[in-house]
Amino acid sequence: MTGMREIDVDVLIIGAGPAGSAAAIAAKEEGIDNLLVLDREAEIGGILKQCIHNGFGLHRFHEELTGPEYAQRDIDRMAELNIPVQCSTMVIDIDPGKRATAISREHGVQVFHAKAVVLAMGCRERPRGALAIPGTRPAGIFSAGTAQKFVNMHSYMPGKRVVILGSGDIGLIMARRMTLQGAKVLACAELMPYSSGLNRNIVQCLHDYNIPLLLSHTVVDIRGRERVEGVTIAKVDQKLQPIPGTETDYPCDTLLLSVGLIPENELTKQMRVEMSAVTQGAVVDDTLQTSAEGVFACGNVLHVHDLVDFVSEESAKAGKAAADYVLGKRGAVQAMLPVKDGDGVCGVVPQRIRQYRDAAQATDVRVMFRPDRVYQNVTVQVLDGTVPVRSVKKRIMAPGEMAELVLTAKTVQGLSADGLTVRIVP
Amino acid sequence: MEKTFTCINCPIGCQLTAEVDGDQVTKVQGAGCNRGVAYAKQEALHPTRMVTAVVNVPECELPLSVKTAAPIPKEKIFDCMKAIEAAQVKTPVHIGDVVCKDVCGTGIDVVSTRELP
Repeated sequence: MTGMREIDVDVLIIGAGPAGSAAAIAAKEEGIDNLLVLDREAEIGGILKQCIHNGFGLHRFHEELTGPEYAQRDIDRMAELNIPVQCSTMVIDIDPGKRATAISREHGVQVFHAKAVVLAMGCRERPRGALAIPGTRPAGIFSAGTAQKFVNMHSYMPGKRVVILGSGDIGLIMARRMTLQGAKVLACAELMPYSSGLNRNIVQCLHDYNIPLLLSHTVVDIRGRERVEGVTIAKVDQKLQPIPGTETDYPCDTLLLSVGLIPENELTKQMRVEMSAVTQGAVVDDTLQTSAEGVFACGNVLHVHDLVDFVSEESAKAGKAAADYVLGKRGAVQAMLPVKDGDGVCGVVPQRIRQYRDAAQATDVRVMFRPDRVYQNVTVQVLDGTVPVRSVKKRIMAPGEMAELVLTAKTVQGLSADGLTVRIVP
Repeated sequence: MEKTFTCINCPIGCQLTAEVDGDQVTKVQGAGCNRGVAYAKQEALHPTRMVTAVVNVPECELPLSVKTAAPIPKEKIFDCMKAIEAAQVKTPVHIGDVVCKDVCGTGIDVVSTRELP
């Protein structure tokens, strides 16, 4: 191994999307100078680069930005702070001792020895292989995000007559985008009886262009040898099984899949940190630290978010915590209180809350989760053992919108050692 | 005349019905809150939308992403797309630089949303 460089870094951040950028900015602002951000793509910004539509930044900047504009705010701030970023550099290996191996054309093989690591690799789309749709394997089947990259970053239209399976936000956004570029979008089929996309996108991306949203429908066949020639859509029953006799053929040349996102945790697993089967991300405490000391996770690699604003907020917290870890500024912990999913609740983050010896160290804790289905007029309760410590009324909850509630520092310091449960009470 | 909409202000998605008389909304039904009433009035009389797209720039690998600086009347969306397609852009471009002035007579500019050196 000639020419391999060994480099010591205080805080190593993997990923320069919105999560990694926010973590880097926060770590630098907290006083870390020897930090480094790595990204496998040629430019900073992650998925925001291809999200040319507007709707980003309302919470963080109180104005509506497009994806590239939102990314630019972080790019500018990182430049101001002289934060080093290596693009076109891919981390191929990382061990539990925080030793990361990265490759790039420019720098060859580099080995980084980090005091703290922030995992900010984002997520990827569920592919066709995860769906088990019967039929042939022709060209013309894309994940919605792949189509988005083709159209928005390469000015290349992947097809002319399009069917969309799944009603996630990227699929809805692409229904509009393809229509505006001259394609005919025939239908958007959703397996569940509700859409996982935002209401605004259903109205402005489907209704505006008279694209039907077929709830409780799925694709049961794909035809075509070289290229997609058509798909068959059928209605499904309450057990999500196709109902014979309800099949309709849609002649088309393209099928877009918008059927969910999976956190990209190959590196996280190499670090052997505890994982959650529900979020498919690491188990973290309220400072975003994983089960390994000095290893933090944030953004979509931790749990899939709906809004980038909350990714930035969460990731800034992780960056600050990583810096504090390196600087020895973290408060002594008296207890780690587990937080569990109760009735109706899926994937609470964080899964642990730190209770400090010195109450002055405590901060408010934001708990995020998704409901397992649509609920109306319910109460979200946090139980300490069996005692309710926080209740919030919600008029409507849907799996497509992340729910949250805040436990004050005072509440957290007053909790027993029994552990917390978050549940939805009708 | 009666017009119906799905409210976009929250996940409930109330089904709104607006009674339109000339250039006035006389009645809104189905709204669970006041935001729905305001939305129905706007949608019934002057529906507007932001338009975002990309423009190819000669000698640049990446196209330039653009947006209307403000929402434009809904019925002008496809005309606006044509104007964007015909736009000529010279580098360098900064965020906010005007790409099409007063697009389709709306009084609204199409501006860049990306830095292009």
